[in-house]
Amino acid sequence: MMLVTLRRRFFGDGLNTALTLLVLAALALCLPPLLNWAVINARFAPDAAACETLDHAGACWGVVAEKARFILLGRYPADQAWRPFLAAGLITGSWLAAAFGWLRGGKLASALFLAPLLALPLLGGGLAGLSDVPTELWGGLPLTLLLTSAGMAGALPLGIAVAYGRRSALPILRGLLTGYVELARGIPLVAALFVASFLLPLFFPDGVAVDMLWRVLIAIVLFAAAYLSEIVRGGLQAFPAGQLDAALALGFNRWQTQRWIVLPQVLRDVAPSLANSAIALFKDTSLVTIVSLYELTGSLGLALAGDPQWRPFYLEAWLFIAAIYWLGCALLAKVSQRLG
Amino acid sequence: MAAGRTASRAAQALILAVVVGLLALLVTTTADHLQQRGIRSGFDFLLEPAGFSIGESLLPVEAEDSTLRAFAAGLLNTLRVALPGALLATLIGVLAGFGRLADNPLVRGLASAYVNAFRNIPLLLQLLAWYFLLTDLLPATDAALRVAPGVFLSKSGLALPWWVDGALEIPEPGGFGIDGGARLTPEYLAILLGLTFYSAAYIAETLRGAVEALPPGQRLSALALGMTPRQAFVLVLLPQAWRAALPPVTSQLLNLFKNASLAVAIGYPDLVSVAGTSLNQTGRAIECLAIVIAVYLLLSLLAAALSHRLEQRALRGQAA
Repeated sequence: MMLVTLRRRFFGDGLNTALTLLVLAALALCLPPLLNWAVINARFAPDAAACETLDHAGACWGVVAEKARFILLGRYPADQAWRPFLAAGLITGSWLAAAFGWLRGGKLASALFLAPLLALPLLGGGLAGLSDVPTELWGGLPLTLLLTSAGMAGALPLGIAVAYGRRSALPILRGLLTGYVELARGIPLVAALFVASFLLPLFFPDGVAVDMLWRVLIAIVLFAAAYLSEIVRGGLQAFPAGQLDAALALGFNRWQTQRWIVLPQVLRDVAPSLANSAIALFKDTSLVTIVSLYELTGSLGLALAGDPQWRPFYLEAWLFIAAIYWLGCALLAKVSQRLG
Repeated sequence: MAAGRTASRAAQALILAVVVGLLALLVTTTADHLQQRGIRSGFDFLLEPAGFSIGESLLPVEAEDSTLRAFAAGLLNTLRVALPGALLATLIGVLAGFGRLADNPLVRGLASAYVNAFRNIPLLLQLLAWYFLLTDLLPATDAALRVAPGVFLSKSGLALPWWVDGALEIPEPGGFGIDGGARLTPEYLAILLGLTFYSAAYIAETLRGAVEALPPGQRLSALALGMTPRQAFVLVLLPQAWRAALPPVTSQLLNLFKNASLAVAIGYPDLVSVAGTSLNQTGRAIECLAIVIAVYLLLSLLAAALSHRLEQRALRGQAA
């Protein structure tokens, strides 16, 4: 019985047989050279001279060991490396707690908001005896994680407020907010980052100099909030009206109804979509390298561009970073599943 | 009721006053800063010389050509990569979507691996990899790979036959690289390949979702009527799924247009990249970014109108 099913699936008819053979042939053609390059001929020690003699017949994974600190932490001072590692650990920890259900409800929400809030002073210093580290030096994985989690933490409250505002009875408020949401959703993030980089400094009053990191974070929050507000608005629209009547009948006022009846349920309903937005943002943070913030993608270029000895092994280092992004996306996808 | 209306009017007036006040503050602060830095404002710079040239364009731009022409060339470059990209992404996306729904586990596994890998790595990182593959790993021009008769691939891009003065001109290896035909630069190829494979993975996933969201009874009834599984898929499931997938696929294609702005990272002169260069030349950040934002908003509006018409037509088809 098993065999019959298998035979039908692989060789059911002409087309199926042709596809099976085609895929097998492609695998036979590609896998051995790939295996040779990645494992059999590869070198794992960070020895550039030995790697050069390979002439790309095998991968030079040593580049990852050699450049790991630079790729992972960017230009952050080496003697303070524990701080960005701890910051990255806090944020990853909050995501793990969401993905594996270690925390739930209000505790989970607090953890997700607190992690970036704690990561900020940890990276920047200036209190509890931590030395000051200017934001220009922040980089690598902690910056990627910080931009994602702080971006989401800032964008969600704003998105909820905008979603309510667009359901308000005041036409002017609705019009202004609709304009903002359509504007933010209509332009590419690169354009928003250019605005943060070139326009925001002109907008701030005299004597107020805001670091690029903060300007970029403002742009990310405003950009993401537009998308989140659409998700929350969809959730509010789908909310059954009967519950509102029931709440009124029980003596809840309008504010209490929203706070205790509507919002908790709507947020739970849209949580998977919010997590999917976090995945999109996690990948989009790579664009900040265009305005010279060296998060994971930017630090890859920074680590290899100026180093002729290791530059030829860009592909190996690239695969390392791609794997990190892939794992991050998989973790957030798990969060989305768990919350669903 | 009247009191309520008065309160609502007052609230709106207050909101309007706050917004107008903030805008006025913003405008005066910005004007002050522009004056301090000696930057003039206005769109007159569009008619002045651009001060930079754009080598790769359907509309050649020299330094003495107007800035307006440079912006037009940038927009054309965006379209030149986004339109073929949209077409290719739809094609590959549909194929990969079918692959993910296939009965054959090998095909399904391969399609899943593709979708999974390309959706979970940032587009910018993928672009950098394409660009590295095209510029570092390909042979030099004098040792160009002959992919097909008259088609050569090398570090300097792809050379392929093209009509020149009404006759098909076939590229041939000459003294200094490849002569004749048309040439696609590595920058163009990288952004085209990057956009195509990234968006196609999303389109594949959308299509799979649309087919799997159909009630299982549809497939079972088709089979009960004596259709083969393939007939059931093509004649019963696909037409219904296509209707459901249309709005999300249009939104994916619109994303592709917006993502074409990542070209700036690998030096392909698209609209955003030209705006960035012009901004650095003239210092007129507000004007340059206003043009970019206006163009993208216009494109979004056009796409929304188009998608609305397609949906209306699909709905009419359903009613008939």
